[in-house]
Formats: sequence, structure tokens, C-alpha cells
Amino acid sequence: MTTQVSKTPRRAGASGLRRGEGVAGWLFTAPVIIILGLFLFIPVLMALWVSFSDWNGRGSPLSSSVDFVGLENYAAVTTGGGLAERNFGISLRNIAWYVVLVVPLQTALALFLAVLVSRAVLRGRGFFRTAFYFPSVTSSVAITVLWLFLFSTTGVVNEVLSWVGITGPNWFNDPRGIFHIGLSAVGVDSAPEALSSGFLGISWWDWFAGPSVALFAFMLMAIFTTSGTFMLLFIAALQNVGVELGEAGMMDGASGWQRFWHITLPQLRPTLFTVLTLGLIGGWQVFEQIYTGTQGGPAKTTLTPAYLSYQAAFQNQDWGQGSAIAFILFLIIIFFALVQRWVLRERPVSKRRAAQYQVKGQKP
Amino acid sequence: MTKKTRAIVGAGALAIAGTLLLSGCGGSGFDDSGDTADGGLTSSDDALNILIGSSGEAETAAVEEAVAAWSEESGVEAKVSVANDLNQQLSQGFAAGSPPDLFYLSADSIAGYAGNGSLAAYGDELENADDFYPSLVENFTVDGDFYCAPKDFSTLALIINTDLWTAAGLTEADVPTTWDELAAVSKTLTTEGRVGLAFGAEYQRVGTFMAQAGGGMVVDGEAVANSPENVEALEYVKSHLEDGTFAYAADVGAGWGGEAFGKQLAAMVIEGNWIGGAMSADFPDVNYIVAELPAGPAGQGTLQFTNCWGMAADSPNQQAALELVQDLTSTDQQLAFSEAFGPMPSISSAADAWSEANPDLTAFLTGADYAQFPPNQEGATDVIADFNAQLETLKTGDPQQILDSVQANLEAVIG
Repeated sequence: MTTQVSKTPRRAGASGLRRGEGVAGWLFTAPVIIILGLFLFIPVLMALWVSFSDWNGRGSPLSSSVDFVGLENYAAVTTGGGLAERNFGISLRNIAWYVVLVVPLQTALALFLAVLVSRAVLRGRGFFRTAFYFPSVTSSVAITVLWLFLFSTTGVVNEVLSWVGITGPNWFNDPRGIFHIGLSAVGVDSAPEALSSGFLGISWWDWFAGPSVALFAFMLMAIFTTSGTFMLLFIAALQNVGVELGEAGMMDGASGWQRFWHITLPQLRPTLFTVLTLGLIGGWQVFEQIYTGTQGGPAKTTLTPAYLSYQAAFQNQDWGQGSAIAFILFLIIIFFALVQRWVLRERPVSKRRAAQYQVKGQKP
Repeated sequence: MTKKTRAIVGAGALAIAGTLLLSGCGGSGFDDSGDTADGGLTSSDDALNILIGSSGEAETAAVEEAVAAWSEESGVEAKVSVANDLNQQLSQGFAAGSPPDLFYLSADSIAGYAGNGSLAAYGDELENADDFYPSLVENFTVDGDFYCAPKDFSTLALIINTDLWTAAGLTEADVPTTWDELAAVSKTLTTEGRVGLAFGAEYQRVGTFMAQAGGGMVVDGEAVANSPENVEALEYVKSHLEDGTFAYAADVGAGWGGEAFGKQLAAMVIEGNWIGGAMSADFPDVNYIVAELPAGPAGQGTLQFTNCWGMAADSPNQQAALELVQDLTSTDQQLAFSEAFGPMPSISSAADAWSEANPDLTAFLTGADYAQFPPNQEGATDVIADFNAQLETLKTGDPQQILDSVQANLEAVIG
């Protein structure tokens, strides 16, 4: 032991005089370890087991009557060829469009609002900050109900649209994909031959339908409610951006837009990463709006994987499939978080870029 | 290295300890379910827990009162709880091995729970088993076992706005009895901003036309979703959706048929018994009558919806629960429930008294004679949900194609 201590002095905590501290350390962290373990780690492990088992919702999933079925549940929703696969395909289609459109838009809006309310010249900054943040502190169930009301056929939104001569759609009951609506406006109403094959039981034509009008209304809601939260993160980050670099940029003759794009934004990179990651996770996991609002309708166009997982487990007693969907969703989220982390990584300045800043005629 | 190893061992120990703990929790409770009495039902001194999905204050109070009265008489303690989300709370109870002894159970979730062994099939033990309408008994029969006592039921009928009816120059003699007549009066009643007939875009309404055409979803255990009769029914509905005399409730801007009717966006709707409560609460000024749905090519047809008193297989006191169910489904008690919150009694011995008390609503009760019910096989809920999704686009869709896909899905679950 002593030899080891002398070799690795920084790991000495486990022995000698410091032995007591190790115990104390465990003691102090024990409450969190126990709570996290009991309410997070073990349930996740159990759900993982359920996704590989034929547990049917009765009694303990760990009892001897529950059997291991391998990847059967995963196969049912990805290659089964039946309704389970089709439903999963539809839910992935819906959520993919949701994420692709909501995440960039809410991030851009949040950043825009943050820049606006951070400007020293703005009067009533406090008021606007509160106003923009307000939707975020309201319960999403309440907002959903409000949204159903605003976007009803004879609701406020359609009333306003009618002022400018637009007959608004029947928002939450309209299953048409917005790209399909656009295509039918130019006379394309059915799938070209090339798009009639498909993936996960959904034809390519339907994959490219875009979000339905109903889902689109939910997307507007998501952007409306979450950009306030993310605005707050951006405001905090903007306050840490020193004015010196901006002033230096000004001396060099950079325009306001250039200063924002080349000086401020790069310094916001860590926050941008946080916001995009949180947005991505939140986006893939949409549940309560669907649960309170449409239950997946119209025509399954607001069915999300999280809601499908709930439906499979709690309504159809297909607990294995429900957990399998949850874990596939988990893998998808991890994958995209990693991709995004890789895209936003700190890169050394490229040679081509560096060359732009060299004084002409001088060798680097 | 040693530290890392220890961390892994620690985590492993924690996981194992936790797993044991959880399996301990889950394992108890469903092996020691009291003594088994005659007829395979358990019996003990345990109190009964009853979980209901209540429609409101009136229903809760009525059930609580009835249970309390029985409890006093029998000496068995019983407690009524109201579920916020019945399916979820039931699932939790079954998973934990401590489900409520008795609970409301809808016809579309019975197959799932019966399939995993959560339910006790006590139907044949009931003293009043023969009194229930045969179609309701069939509705709660899975794989030949009559599982649970129908609590009450509803059927669909044609609800007609009498003011709009007379304003259009129609009389009582014009109440439609055939598809052609229905199409004719719908056309007469259709005006700018109002359709003749509205109904929800779902099998649970459109299915009445399929029944009237002589079709259905499952006949004698065979999936028959794409039968020519069903195609004919959907063609009929489609043609009138196209000419604008029929419309889906959502397409006239209403959440459901009752709302379309109350807001006078439709002069007639296809709805069930529940519309009475909604009309008196939200639209007390709209006058209406309830008529039987018109006959199609194959005669009359409608759909029935029902719930039963589910009993848990893990209940330690099933004998007492059975007695309570017999009490709750007795003629007098069902009539009392009907008066308190409006459901239709599930037993034929209460029919005359009910018709006498509700002379305007008898069309609902006569529907019981020819009602079909949505398929109750395990997995059928998903098939219906998919069918409903396709029905929303019936106006532009192809009935044969829609029904073919439903048939394929239905065959997969019926096996």
C-alpha cells in the first residue's frame, strides 16, 4: 500500500490518515446516490429489461413468469410489417418534421429576442423580458387548452386571417401535410411512381408530406412557449460577452451585423450548444401537448413516439413495445446530441481562414 | 484502478440491492390472495376497493351511496375512489399486484387485461346473468369466457332538431326510415352554413351505416372489414359527404356531433345517450327528438357502447365483490343510477320501467335489439384507430382501398 501511495500520491484518499474522509465522502454523497439510484437508475434498468421481455403489465417484471424475448419487441416496431411498425413510422415522421422545424426556429427567435432586450437603449426592458418569458412559466396543459381555443375553426386566429381575406384551415382537425397542400396548389395530388415505395410502412410520398396543419399549430405553440426560456439563457450569456471586442471591431470598421456574426455569436457557442441540445431533447420527447390536446389525431398526424410509447403500454398492455419505443427514442436523441456536439466543436482556425488575417506579403 | 473497480462493484451492489427491493415489492400481494371459495372465487375479510371513472359529481355521489348502502347491509367495508386516468391507474395497480377489487372497464380494453390474466372471469357466477342483454354479454366475452357484468350501455340514434325540422316544412311522418329518405331530408335541411346530418369522423359513428348495409367488422370470429356491404356503406357516406348534405363534425367546426347539433351547425346528428346531458347543460334552448336510425339495405343497425364492472384476478375478496356487483346491477339499483346520472340499464327486466320514465329516449333502448359493437379482440383498438385516421379522408379516399387496409390489420389481430 505504501509503495502505491508514494507512486500515486493523488490517489491516497483510500488509506492512511485520509481513510476517514473517504467514508465521509460516501456518506455525504449517499443521499443523492440512493435517490438517483432508486428513482432513476433502477427504473431505467427495469424499463430496459421490460423492452427485452414479454412482461404484460401484471405483477413484477422481475418475477419468474416473465421471459426474455431478445429483440422481439424492437423487431415488432421496426420490421414487423404490421400496424405497430406503421404507427412507429408515422410517429417518427411527425416528430422528425417537428424537430427539424422547431429547434432552429425557436433558437433563432430566442437569440433574436435576447439581443433585443439586452440593448441598453431599449425602454421598458424589464417589461419585455417578463412578457417574453411569461409563456415559459405557464403550464403547458393550460397553454394547450388556450391553443385549442385560439386555433378552432371559428377561433381568433381564423378570425384575424379572415380580415386579410384568408380562409383559415380547420387547424387541429386538418390532417393534410403542409407540403402536400403546397403541391396540390400546383396540381400535384398524388404520389409520383418513384415515391410509392417507403420505409417503416410509410411511403416516401407520406414521409415528405411535411407536418400536418394540426402539428404545425403545435409547432407554433412550442416555439412560442420555449423561446422565452432559451432567451433567458442567451441574455445571461450576452452579459458575459465583453464590450471590448465589439469596440475593437467597430474600430476596424465592422458593421453591426458583422460584429454580431463574427464577434458576439462565436462567444455564445457554449450557450448555443446548451440551447440546441435542450431544444432537441425537448422536441423529440413531445408528450403532454398531445396527451391533453389531440391524442395523436387527426389521422395520426400528431402522434409522437413518446405518446405512442404511452399508448402501447398503458392502453394496449404492450409494455415491451412501449419500452422498446422509449429506448429507440433514447438512442436517437443521444445520436443527434453527439452529431450536434461534433458540428459545434471548437475548431482550430483553418489555414485558409487564417490567411485572411495575415498582412499581405508577410509569410505566416 | 482500484477505485474504479470499487465504483463498479458499488454500482453493481446498488443495482442488485435495488432490484431485490423492487422485486420484493412487486412480488408480494398476488400470491396470497385469500382462500378460494366455491366456484374459484377468493374470499376473505378484506375491505373492497372500487375504482370508477366518473362522469361527474352526480355519478360519483350515486355510486358512493349505493356502495355505502350495500356495505352497511353486508358488513363488508368498501371504499369508492374516482380515477383521473382510469387506464393508467388500473395498469399501475396490476403491475404492483395490488389492483382495486372492482373497477369500471371499457369494452375496448377488456381484451388487453384479459389477455395478461389481470381479470377474474366471474360472469357465469352472477345470479342475474340471464337478465343482461345478450349483445352486451357477447361484448364482454373473450375467448368464450363471460368476464364481467355490463354496468350500463348506450346506443347510437338519430337526433333531430325539431325547430329546424318544422322550419324546413317537414312533419313527423318524414322522420327517415330508409337511406333514401335520410338523404332526402338531409338535402332539405341543408342550408348555407348548416348541414343536414353531421357525425364524428370515426368508425364509432360511420360504423352504423356499415351495420345497416349488413356489414360489420368481425362476424363469427372472422374479419370481414372489406365486405361488399361495408364498401356500399362507405360509398353511400362518401357520396353525401361530397354533395355536402352530410359532414363530419370537425369539418363544420365542432369538436363532436353534440356540439355541432347544439350550435345548430347540423340539423341532425348520430349520437348516443350521452347527448342528453350535454344538451341540457350547454344548449338548453335547442329542442330535439330522438329517432331510431334509418334502415339500410339489410335492415336496421346501430352500435352499442358499454362498460362493465371489472374484477381483479388478484382481489383477495372476490366473493364479496361478486355480491356487490349483483347489487349494483340489480333492477332497482340500475333504475336509481339511471335517474341520478342518465345511463341505460343493462338488464332487460329494467326495460319497461326505464321506457316509462324516459318516453322520449326509447329509440336508444330499441337499438339494443339490433346493435353491433366494435371488435373487442386484443389489438383491435389500434385497428379501429387506424381505420378512424383513414375515415377522416374518406371524402377524397377510396372506400375499397381503405377497407382493404383495415381488413389486413384486422386479420393480423384476429389471427
